[in-house]
Amino acid sequence: MDAGMIWEWIIKSIFLILFMTGGFAYVTLLERRVLARMQVRIGPNRVGKFGLLQPIADAVKLIFKEELIPAGADKLMFIVAPVITVIPALIITGVIPWGTSINLFGREIALSIANVNVGVLYIMAVTSISVYGITLAGWSSNNKYAMFGGLRSTAQMISYELALGLSLVGPILLAGSMNVMDIVQAQKTLPFALLQPAGFIVYFMATLAEINRAPFDMPEAEQELTAGYHTEYSSMKFALFFMAEYIKMIAVAMIGSTMFLGGFQGPFVDQLPWLGPVYLFGKVIVWLFVDIWIRATLPRIRYDKLMALGWKVMYPIALLNVFITGILVVLTTKR
Amino acid sequence: MLSNWLYIGIFMVVSLFLPAAAIFIAGLLAPKKPNAIKNATYECGMETVGDSWIQFKAQYYVFALVFLVFDIETVFLFPWAVAYNQMTLFGVLEAIVFILILLGALIYAWRKGALEWH
Amino acid sequence: MTTLQIVFLIIAAITLVSACLVVMTRKIMHAALWLVLSLMGVAMVYATLQSGFYAVVQVLVYIGAISTLIIFAVMMTRNVMEDVGPQSNRGWGLALVGSLILFAGTSAILLTWDKAQTVLQEIPAVNGENIQMLGLALVDPMGFLIPFEVASVLLLAALVAAIFLTADIKRSRS
Repeated sequence: MDAGMIWEWIIKSIFLILFMTGGFAYVTLLERRVLARMQVRIGPNRVGKFGLLQPIADAVKLIFKEELIPAGADKLMFIVAPVITVIPALIITGVIPWGTSINLFGREIALSIANVNVGVLYIMAVTSISVYGITLAGWSSNNKYAMFGGLRSTAQMISYELALGLSLVGPILLAGSMNVMDIVQAQKTLPFALLQPAGFIVYFMATLAEINRAPFDMPEAEQELTAGYHTEYSSMKFALFFMAEYIKMIAVAMIGSTMFLGGFQGPFVDQLPWLGPVYLFGKVIVWLFVDIWIRATLPRIRYDKLMALGWKVMYPIALLNVFITGILVVLTTKR
Repeated sequence: MLSNWLYIGIFMVVSLFLPAAAIFIAGLLAPKKPNAIKNATYECGMETVGDSWIQFKAQYYVFALVFLVFDIETVFLFPWAVAYNQMTLFGVLEAIVFILILLGALIYAWRKGALEWH
Repeated sequence: MTTLQIVFLIIAAITLVSACLVVMTRKIMHAALWLVLSLMGVAMVYATLQSGFYAVVQVLVYIGAISTLIIFAVMMTRNVMEDVGPQSNRGWGLALVGSLILFAGTSAILLTWDKAQTVLQEIPAVNGENIQMLGLALVDPMGFLIPFEVASVLLLAALVAAIFLTADIKRSRS
């Protein structure tokens, strides 16, 4: 442990954070372009070639907008809420490995922030604290729509978190470890999505609900709640909520690719370690495309049906999946 | 192991700077001309009636409690799943008893209508 | 002073200050949020002790579940924002003296007890080793089997009680 190590990790953290932020900017563009194509429109194409500078134009616009704080709001909480919404979205990616390690400037650099032995539980824990930013935003605005949006969002997230957690028990059973790196290595021959189809589908649906994406974007149902928990937010603070939502979308795609689709594993990754990030990036892009496709296809689910789906369908299926996986592991391994 | 948690700590501290810097820069650059109408609560043009910090219904509390119970169950299942390969049949059966008791809890909550949204 | 000690002091300060603010703030919602920060500090203490599993479970259960429950409970109360009563009663001087004596006594015992003097050691565990042992100990009849099963019965009892109580509220309202 020397100062060089600390600097290496600070640079790695900054790099990952900038990558996620840049990713957020271009996922918004991707979403707008893809949605437009699916609805037989063109989408933003004026700013730069293919509209590639559109996210920068949006950012500049949002920076120069006036920030409003509603009269009756709890000021400190109102400012803190967007900050603590963004942080969990960023730090959840800390345990995801991008590859094994590469040689750069004569140093062996591991391609992950941390390799902790409770990686999967870390993901669960960070997911569970991401509820607070939304609850706080809704509560501090002193607006009834925001309040309802925040409460609904919280109730929805905790309902789907159980199914999410149980769907991750399957890969742990198969890999025999909670370390994310071990789980990736166990998928060398076969990704767990093929061995755990039910777990994979439950994970996919639960994360859609967890990040409040369509068809589970109930907290932001504009017909009944104006804009949900961020009704009163404007300018940069609104941008931060927007950013948290898209960074979470990228993060769950990264986690899902790592747990179920083999992460950075792919052909020739042992010989050329820098291919690892490329494979992971490709899987994440496909995942994000499917997310956007679903948004273009499915209508929003009614709130009571949404809660019923979480508790009465997804949770029992996830539990059953753990049972069946356990039995199959007993039958197939020789003791 | 300790160093890994240190790296996560560094990552958390660094990630704090991004939203803080964003809010700070926007605060410097953005115009500030507040007035009473601009700062009024937005409820679709209607005058706001009363506070929005009102009593909420107990249903949310029930959901949070059911969640708490099953969250703890999930936490117990994680180390069980890690140790599964080394476990005797007796150990597996014990965990199944644990799950079945809590499945009973889920069925109770379901039958009592605690999982219905009103 | 090592880096670890400086980090520990910062974490301890955060934990203690926010714990004090839980009882001193006047808005009950703020008290709940300070409690969250305090629990987060405890989780970080676990992380500095190289006990990653407990750190993560502390966050998952106490912050993710129990504090959410507390916040929902706060939202069911009246007077969420304004509490205008006095914050202390006449006996506060006596309580202060009592708690100072307790604190001094505990510190004196801990400073002289030789087991509290041991230096923190790196746990020589391979990644994942300790979690496996924990999982095996949970279902071992010689280990923690009985507490493990009793915990599930306890959780069942808590759930039944809560549903019974809230069902009662619904009945009396209608």
